[in-house]
Amino acid sequence: MRWFGRPNNKPLWQDEFSVFTADERYVSRRQLAKFLTLTSFSMFVGNAWILLRSWLYKLPSYTARPVGKADDVPVGGARIFQYPGPDSPCILMRTGADSYAAYSQVCTHLSCAVYYSSERNRLECPCHNGAFSVADGSVVQGPPQRALPRVVIERQGETLVALRVESGGQV
Amino acid sequence: MSPPHQNRGLTAIDGAMALIVILLMVQIWLLSATVEAFLGGHRETALPGAIVSGIIFVACFGLFCFVDQVDRDVRR
Repeated sequence: MRWFGRPNNKPLWQDEFSVFTADERYVSRRQLAKFLTLTSFSMFVGNAWILLRSWLYKLPSYTARPVGKADDVPVGGARIFQYPGPDSPCILMRTGADSYAAYSQVCTHLSCAVYYSSERNRLECPCHNGAFSVADGSVVQGPPQRALPRVVIERQGETLVALRVESGGQV
Repeated sequence: MSPPHQNRGLTAIDGAMALIVILLMVQIWLLSATVEAFLGGHRETALPGAIVSGIIFVACFGLFCFVDQVDRDVRR
């Protein structure tokens, strides 16, 4: 059965109407297969690009930096600081008399600022109700797929020093 | 009614195209999973992801060549 095509076998230049819309819109199996194969190629290029990025990626070097006095934060309290740069907000929490935890304040879902909920003892994102564990930064609720990057904090005398950032893993 | 060799050809083409679509869905999932792992700091998944994606692309290309060949044969 022929659904499309020119109604007669005259040469194209002899046709009164030489544009056949149905023919132009018709996608053959071959064309569709070609399109799907090109899509597959573009997916492969995406994977190859990630591979290239992972080869060219260099581990960032962090410099130790004091982030405040140890007694500035009460037990169960939190404060904001910037590390490693001024555009990287982090949140420091005092979880016990001598225990501290610090994470990036940027939610791994859509980059909203997370805050510390002392009642629930977890980090919460107000945008989409995501929540992260204070113990290790892992996701405990909501849409985020990755844990919060952890800032390694060391107490040196009365000063808290940020040493480096460890990227958060998969859920 | 179409001749039997045409029907067989069309069935083969439909099967091959269904296989291409399935492979493409797997490849899309693979890319999204690799991106997610890469952003999560797991760079060790990039190499196997690229290898498997390449194999899937080669398979899709092979199926495309098959569809192209069968389509030409059926139209003869």
